[in-house]
Amino acid sequence: MTSSEAATIGLTHHASEDTGLGQRGPESKSIVVPYGFWLFVLSDIVLFSALFATYASLVHATDGGPVTGQLFDRTTVAIETLALLVSSFVCGLAMIAAKRKNLLWTQTWLLLTGLLGFVFLVIELTEFAGMIRIGAGPQRSAFLSSFFTLVGCHGAHVTAGLLWIGTMMAQIWAKGFREHIVRRLLCLSIFWHALDIIWVAIFTIVYLIGTLP
Amino acid sequence: MSFFGKLTWSAIPFNQPIPLITSIVVLLALAAVAAWVTIRGWWPYLWNEYITSTDHKRIGVMYIVLALVMLVRGFSDAIMMRAQQAVAVGQSQGYLPPEHYDQIFSAHGTIMIFFMAMPFMIGLMNFVVPLQLGVRDVAFPTMNNVSFWLTASGVLLVNLSLFIGVFARTGWLAFPPLSEKAFSPDVGVDYYLVALQISGVGTLLTGVNFVTTILKIRAPGMSYMRMPVFCWTSLATNLLIIAAFPVLTATLALLMLDRYLGFHFFTNDGGGNSMLYMNLIWMWGHPEVYILILPAFGIYSEVVSTFSGKPLFGYRSMVFATLAICILSFTVWLHHFFTMGAGADVNAIFGIASMLIAIPTGVKIFNWLFTMYGGRVRFTVPMHYAIGFMITFVFGGLTGVLMAIPPVDFVVHNSLFLVAHFHNVIIGGVVFGAMAGYTYWFPKAFGFTLDERIGKAIFWCWFIGFYLAFMPLYVLGLMGATRRMQHYDDPSWQPWNIAALVGALFILVAIVLTVVQLLYSIRTRDKRRDLTGDPWDGRTLEWLTLSPPPHYNFAVLPDVHGEEAYWHRKQEAIERDKLIPEPDYQPIEMPLNTPVGVICAFFASVCGFAVIWYIWWLAILGLIGAFAVFVWYAWRDEHEHVIPVEEVIANARERRRIRMENLHQLSQST
Amino acid sequence: MRRFMGAAGLGFLVSSCNRGILDPVGPIGAAETQILINSTAIMLAIIVPTMIATLAFAWWFRRGNTRATYRPDWEYSGAIEMVVWAIPALTVILLGGIAWIGSHDLEPSKPLASRVQPLNVEVVSMDWKWLFIYPDQGIATVNQLVVPAGTPVSFRLTSATVWNVFFVPQMGTMIYTMPGMTTRLNLRADRQGVYEGRSAHFSGDGFPGMQFKVHAVPPQQFAAWAQSARGSGQMLDGRAYALLSEPTSYVKPMTFSNVAPGLFQAIATGHAPSPRQLPQARPAPGVGA
Repeated sequence: MTSSEAATIGLTHHASEDTGLGQRGPESKSIVVPYGFWLFVLSDIVLFSALFATYASLVHATDGGPVTGQLFDRTTVAIETLALLVSSFVCGLAMIAAKRKNLLWTQTWLLLTGLLGFVFLVIELTEFAGMIRIGAGPQRSAFLSSFFTLVGCHGAHVTAGLLWIGTMMAQIWAKGFREHIVRRLLCLSIFWHALDIIWVAIFTIVYLIGTLP
Repeated sequence: MSFFGKLTWSAIPFNQPIPLITSIVVLLALAAVAAWVTIRGWWPYLWNEYITSTDHKRIGVMYIVLALVMLVRGFSDAIMMRAQQAVAVGQSQGYLPPEHYDQIFSAHGTIMIFFMAMPFMIGLMNFVVPLQLGVRDVAFPTMNNVSFWLTASGVLLVNLSLFIGVFARTGWLAFPPLSEKAFSPDVGVDYYLVALQISGVGTLLTGVNFVTTILKIRAPGMSYMRMPVFCWTSLATNLLIIAAFPVLTATLALLMLDRYLGFHFFTNDGGGNSMLYMNLIWMWGHPEVYILILPAFGIYSEVVSTFSGKPLFGYRSMVFATLAICILSFTVWLHHFFTMGAGADVNAIFGIASMLIAIPTGVKIFNWLFTMYGGRVRFTVPMHYAIGFMITFVFGGLTGVLMAIPPVDFVVHNSLFLVAHFHNVIIGGVVFGAMAGYTYWFPKAFGFTLDERIGKAIFWCWFIGFYLAFMPLYVLGLMGATRRMQHYDDPSWQPWNIAALVGALFILVAIVLTVVQLLYSIRTRDKRRDLTGDPWDGRTLEWLTLSPPPHYNFAVLPDVHGEEAYWHRKQEAIERDKLIPEPDYQPIEMPLNTPVGVICAFFASVCGFAVIWYIWWLAILGLIGAFAVFVWYAWRDEHEHVIPVEEVIANARERRRIRMENLHQLSQST
Repeated sequence: MRRFMGAAGLGFLVSSCNRGILDPVGPIGAAETQILINSTAIMLAIIVPTMIATLAFAWWFRRGNTRATYRPDWEYSGAIEMVVWAIPALTVILLGGIAWIGSHDLEPSKPLASRVQPLNVEVVSMDWKWLFIYPDQGIATVNQLVVPAGTPVSFRLTSATVWNVFFVPQMGTMIYTMPGMTTRLNLRADRQGVYEGRSAHFSGDGFPGMQFKVHAVPPQQFAAWAQSARGSGQMLDGRAYALLSEPTSYVKPMTFSNVAPGLFQAIATGHAPSPRQLPQARPAPGVGA
């Protein structure tokens, strides 16, 4: 619904003893769009939880191949994690700049967000390549299949996020801070923070627990 | 790999008469329809009013048309199976060889669930929910259009398997390891996987759209406990979609990784675990049956209340029962494989959890019963379905609870008893509900009613057909007959299978009559106009506006003061013999049409087809195309068009005039 | 509806009493059938009145009936609400108890209480036939299961290829056979006779031909049969097993005089020989589909 409808609604509505959301009539787009996007992110988290469950049930199905402790390097993963967490922080800075309608800083922070995301991806892909080189690719065992799928699915999300960041930067540059573009930026930041949350779970469940002595 | 991947001329079934002739007939029919539309010059109308429409009512209609077409396709599969089982006994192998029969039952299940029942229910929700909430559209009208076209893309791919290549021969849930490359190397399972992935995205977006709509976009004063029950059940269904469909997407993706890239999730080697698939798919699959049945429960609630001339009995109980079913549906998936040997405790706990669902469901039945009590029941067609449902569904519930008892399931699991049970609840619940909703809301959509006499004949054909077709299957199940058998040896099964075929023929008549009813009602539409917008003496807000409603539904969003918003408003108006004072009309902004859905679905279909046939360059092209469409769409500046206040006023005054006339008649008669 | 249920009921009497799960031949099947009948009766006691009430209410409160009172605003009654929640809840408590006790009593892996030493049988579902290995007798059969009547049979089951379900309707409980995994099942046939067995889980094009016969014979006759089986027929070694692995359906019963030791374990862990490992392929035994 559109914001102009609020006026229409106000004119027809009389006081009612009932409280509750419905009393106000349809919410404005600035509420509805992020709300819907949140629901989508929730569904994405459900998807990841299915992958986590798969990983948890296959982590010991190594078929005689390498096990978790032999593959993961905590230092690399720590750097990777740091890159993603900082990118999330920078994304927050971009949102603040966008709120102040500061084009230069918004673009700078978004670029930095994207670059840090890119660093994360490069580290992840290097890790993957290294594992495949030593014969620990996803075809080796059910454990590795589930590892590559869980971590790779997150990586695919980050890639999609990078595409999105690029598109948003182009849109802000071409169209400025219009209402619907700021809304999209808000959705992007929700998405990017959600990827962080999922990564923290991956970091804990896959890497930390996987490298416990 | 060649330029066209695995695709060669041998993919077209030149040497198999049944699929070949079907293909030719379907292609000719499509060509004839296209030619007819071209000759009539209807393309611009179709393009502007339906294909690119963001109007929830039009999208709803398209979903239902899709569902009815798929009902015909799925039913063709059904009657072929029934005919095969009626003859394939002993020495006779029937007329369908196993490799064909196995595709048919897989396609029947897949199509009926994903492309008949789902679109039917989603179509009804699309049409009805915003009207019942007293608003002008769903939260994301463009996404709604995209959802529909992605579903249509899935439909296209599944049906393409008839002409090019083969369909899965694994049953409708494609259990591995049978569905793995090692045992199903052809493209059948790939068609299944890709089609469901694409349409699954559409369904998920629908879920997001409707939950947002119901929770955030309601008419002023429409608090949660004033929402019609159909809105509640739609909310529950869409919450289930959000929570369950990602699991399906993940599960099918894992199977795709196994098949395409040699991963080892569910394979026999490499440490794969096929039990994991069973658990994951039913984590989605059990909520799925409630995704289908809950909207139907909502429809029955509306129908029983309207045609008994009473508010729904125990509204709060109904809401609570709906939410209880919604939550419980995630706790019972293991009852689909009690015979896996999980142990007595696990089996018993999941058995009891499954039975618990019978409590809120039973409450619903009783509440409908007491809604009729003290009412003035009108035996219209939707009411026939509702009563037929109540009688049929309790029996399906009985057999369902029976199978929730593990030791009973040990002897009827995967038998024809099970097949009879889920058809009992799906035909007796979902299909009856869909047909009731179709008949009930048809006049709202098109401004004239469907023929009542033919409607009743359709009901009786479904009702009798169902009992004839599936009661014998219960018996066969108790005789030890298992499902999915292309041939059997025991001649004592044959009479029951023949009876089931007769039942299927009754259902065939029902489907033919549905088409006849539609054509006849269109021809005689002038005699059956719904001039008031309220043909059934309804109680919820969709009956407040005209039939068919204007694009924007309501000139001014209705102000809701209690449950049954429209009913009270109507009673007040009749009492005072006047309408509420004319409000201050404003111009209305409505979302623009968009071709993004249909273009996006085009690229999705191209990409999907390419993936099925390993044509990788085309798949990448399809992905790039889809991304380009989104960027192009995101670049648009105009989102809405404004309906001038003069037009709004003209329409609204016309509606008031009609209502006044009607009101005078009503107050004179009372 | 009544008529149909009547017809269905008559059907049970006429045609399924001599076969199927309503004519059990052992304690497991008998107990399961008993639970099936009891639970159905309990639920019928509720749903039949509900069905009658549905029709009665709808008919009595029809619009044209002037004798019925129209109560257009009657939409709530706490007492009725209580009853409509209580009736299904009490039923489920009752049936839940049946389910809990039944699940534990009839758990497939639980050995049957008996003074007779159980017969061990290892079951392998193959594409598309059943292999029964008698480890203690050292013999094996295909699509034919001979058991001594009155003796508990302890099954261990697995699959050589895809999932199937081992199901002998008249003996009771069915159970999945799954590749790489072993399930357990305990059954007993008390009545002598020949019973149908089949797969209850679709496993591919040859699935309908996965039928086998269960011969429940007197114990002495079983011993004699096992003795004669040992003395005749071919040996089930790696090569014979690999040949047997070729996909075939509607396979005629076969008997093997000797079984390579540890064959079941090898199949259940995915290490059994496959046809591909043979020097040259030969036509598979049995009748093709």
